[in-house]
Amino acid sequence: MLKFEQNASALTIEISGDVLCYDDEAQKEKIYASAQILPQIIVTAKDLTAWDSTLLALLYELAKIAALNNKKISFTGLPDNLQHLVDLALKVDRKPSLPDDDRGPWLEALGNWGLNVYLSVKKAFAFCRQVLSSCGRFLRGSAVMRGVDFLFALEGCSYKAVGIMSLVSFMIGLILAFVGAVQLKTFGAQIYVASLVTIGMTRIMGAIMAGVIMSGRTGASYAATIGTMQVNEEIDALKTMGIPTMDFLVLPRMLSLMITMPLLTIWADFMGMFGGAFVGVVMLDISPQEYWKYSIDAMNLSNFLVGVFHGFVFGIIIALCGCYYGVNCGRNADSVGVATTKAVVSAIVLMIVATGIITMSFEVLGI
Amino acid sequence: MTEAKIKVDDLTIAYGDFVLMQHVSFEVKKGDVFIIMGGSGCGKSSLLRVLTGLVPPAHGNVFINNVNFAKASQNQKDEVMKKCGILYQSGALFSSMTLAENIALPLQQYTDYSDKLIKELVSLKLALVGLTGFEDFYPSEISGGMKKRAGLARALALDPEIVYFDEPSAGLDPISSKLLDDLIIEINKSLGTTIVVVTHELSSIFAIGTNSIFLDADKKGVGGIGNPKELLKNPPNQKILNFLTRGEKGNA
Repeated sequence: MLKFEQNASALTIEISGDVLCYDDEAQKEKIYASAQILPQIIVTAKDLTAWDSTLLALLYELAKIAALNNKKISFTGLPDNLQHLVDLALKVDRKPSLPDDDRGPWLEALGNWGLNVYLSVKKAFAFCRQVLSSCGRFLRGSAVMRGVDFLFALEGCSYKAVGIMSLVSFMIGLILAFVGAVQLKTFGAQIYVASLVTIGMTRIMGAIMAGVIMSGRTGASYAATIGTMQVNEEIDALKTMGIPTMDFLVLPRMLSLMITMPLLTIWADFMGMFGGAFVGVVMLDISPQEYWKYSIDAMNLSNFLVGVFHGFVFGIIIALCGCYYGVNCGRNADSVGVATTKAVVSAIVLMIVATGIITMSFEVLGI
Repeated sequence: MTEAKIKVDDLTIAYGDFVLMQHVSFEVKKGDVFIIMGGSGCGKSSLLRVLTGLVPPAHGNVFINNVNFAKASQNQKDEVMKKCGILYQSGALFSSMTLAENIALPLQQYTDYSDKLIKELVSLKLALVGLTGFEDFYPSEISGGMKKRAGLARALALDPEIVYFDEPSAGLDPISSKLLDDLIIEINKSLGTTIVVVTHELSSIFAIGTNSIFLDADKKGVGGIGNPKELLKNPPNQKILNFLTRGEKGNA
C-alpha cells in the first residue's frame, strides 16, 4: 500500500504491506508534481512485505527529481536490498554523449547530400575498377580464386535456378500471347501471336525475366552471404591474410553469372515461346505445325543474339550489385537486410537502364 | 531447507546418435549463484539450452520452478520462462531497436503497464546496470561491455526469479569483466535472484560462484559438484584440480 500527504514543507510518502505492479498513474502524477514543488521528500517504509521494480522505479524517479531540483530526499525504513538498489541506480558510471543533431541549414544539407552521392558513385567505380583488375589477374592466371568456390557459385546459379525460371518464363509467354491475341483477333491476325511471342521473348523479355529472377534469387543471396561474412569479420580476416577480396569472393560469383545468365536467357526464351504456343494451340485453335512455322519465321539470329547479350550484361550487373552491397555491408544484422534490399533494387534499376542504353545503341547501329 | 529453483534429474543430452552427456543430476537452490563450468566442448552451452527450453532432453527430467520441462506443454514452458531472464554471450540485442526499445519489449509483451511506467522501468533497469542516459542509443553505437550490460537490463526487465548468463566475461577486458561480476553479485544479493552462469573464466568462477557443476567431456557427464573454492581445496579428481588451477597442479 502507498499513501502520501503533503504540507508546506514536505511531501511524505508511506509505504507498507505489498507494493506490487504499482501503476496508479493518477496518484503518481500527483506525487511527482508535489515532489517538484516542495522542498523536501520523505519516504518512509513500514512493514513492507513485498515489492517489485515498479516501487523501485517510483523511488528512483523521486530521487532523480530531488537531484534535478536540489531538493532534500530521505528514505527511512527501506529494506536493505531496496535501499541498496536505489543507491545502485543513482550511481552513474558514465554519461553518454549523443552525437549532436545539428542538421544545419538546407543548403548545407543539400551540399552534404550531393557530396554523399559523389562519394558513393566514386566508391562504386573504384569497386568496378578492382573487379576489372581481378578479371585481369584471372586472365593472367594469377587470381587467388579457389576452383571449388567457382563450382559452388556455378551450381547455385545454374540448374538450381531452372525450375523457377521455367515457370515464370512460361507464364510470361502465356500472358504475352493472351494480351497480343486480344488485339490481333480483332482483325483476324491471331496467327501472328507466334511472331509476337517469339520476337518479344528472344529479343528482350527472356533476358529481362531471367535478370529479374536472378537478381532476386542469386543477387540477394550474394549480398546476404558476403554481408554476413562482413558481420563475422571474415572479410577482415581475408584482408589481413593478404588475400584479395575481389579474387576470393567476387570473381567466382561474377564468372558464374557471366556464364549462366546467357544460358538461362536462352532457356527463358524457349519456355516463353512454349507458353505462347500453349495459348496459341489450346485457346486460339492454331495448329502446332502452323505455330511452329510462324515462330521459326519470326526468329532471327540477330534478335536471338541481342537477347543473349542482354543476359550476359545482366549477369555482370547482378553479380556486381550483390557483391558490392555485400562487401560494403555494415556490421549488424540490420545492415545485412539493408544490403540485400539495395542489391536487388539497384540490380533491377541498372538492368532497366542498361536495356535502354543497349536498345538505343543497337538502334543506331542498325542491329 | 532452501527451495530448489532448478532440479536436473538423470539428464541425457544427445544430438541424433551422438550423446553429449548423460546421467547428469544436480540442484540449484534459491539465491544460488550456480556455475556451469568445464573445458571447451564439454556441453556447457548445450546444458544451458536445455535449461532454457531451447533443446529438449534426450532422457531425464528438468524441473524449473517445479515444472518439468521435459514433459511440459509450450504454454507451461512460456509461463516458466517469463520468470527467467537470459543474458546471451553477445548480448543479443535487436540491432534495429534502441536500448530503451530492447528493454521495453518484454514489458510490453507480458505486462499491462502504462507506457509511462514502462518508460520509468526502462530508465531504472538501465540505471541499475550503469547505463543511465543511453536509452536512445542503438546497439551498434555502444561497446561490447555495454552491450552485455544492456542485455542484462533486458534480462532483468520482468523481475525474473532466475537469470542465466552465457559466458558473461567472453570478449571483455578484465575491468569490464570484474564490473559485470560485481553486478551479478549485486543483483543476486539485492533482488535475491537465482543465477546460473556458464563460464570457464576462473576469476569469475571464484568471485561469484556459491555452487557449481564441473562437466567432464571425456566422461560425458558430471566431474564434480560443489562450491568452487571447496572444489579447489578438496578436489574430487585430478581433472577438476587441473581445470581450477589452469593445469598448474592437476598435472603434477
